[in-house]
Amino acid sequence: MSGTLADELSDNAIVLSAEANDWRSAIRLAGDALTATGSTTDEYTAEMIRAVEELGPYIVIAPSIALAHSRPSPAVLKTGISWVSLANPVTFGHTANDPVRLVVGLAAVDHDSHIATMSNLAGVLSGDLDRLLEATTPEQLRELIRENS
Amino acid sequence: MKIVAVCGMGIGTSVLLKMNAEKVLRALGVDADVEAADIGVARGMARDAQIVLTSQEFAEEIGDVPADVIIIDNFFDLEEITTKLKAAIPE
Repeated sequence: MSGTLADELSDNAIVLSAEANDWRSAIRLAGDALTATGSTTDEYTAEMIRAVEELGPYIVIAPSIALAHSRPSPAVLKTGISWVSLANPVTFGHTANDPVRLVVGLAAVDHDSHIATMSNLAGVLSGDLDRLLEATTPEQLRELIRENS
Repeated sequence: MKIVAVCGMGIGTSVLLKMNAEKVLRALGVDADVEAADIGVARGMARDAQIVLTSQEFAEEIGDVPADVIIIDNFFDLEEITTKLKAAIPE
């Protein structure tokens, strides 16, 4: 990973105003985007869903935002990140932060390679989420992310 | 002071929590080591920590440890993290 979030989010990694019926399909979209960038195999998507089944909806880390991820595994080919905004909010079962409008997918090969991107992500998501969700094209989203970085 | 940020996998949410906790601690002028950990090793690491930062789900799982277990709802809300850390850090 080069470090900046906007650079990591290639067109394949971004899905905007996606339709998801439930949290599983929302995570699947984020997983499919990771797979499309060559970061993961389908098995990683299944691992991300299993993580919520086993550990609960803790990945909903802020109002409206889920950080879908599992742990480093053979299903992770390279460290990567994806961005899925949802046309309709989806419930994950989180007591404080439901419903979710943005699912960020994360795959890492180790515990360190993604730190710079995560730092960038923390800064961007601390800002105005509504504005980020207004993006209608990947280029527009990257522009908004750069502005907030 | 030692602080442990705990999540399920140790690569995602705990890393974000660690970053924002460090930001808050710098602003407060508190000297502390913040480490990210997954739930599998959290209990061991929490044994010699003063504070554990985590989400609702894991607070229950961490259970009874000597450290102060603080639940953070919004990992990006520096004000929430500041208020809760301040309450837990001895003057």
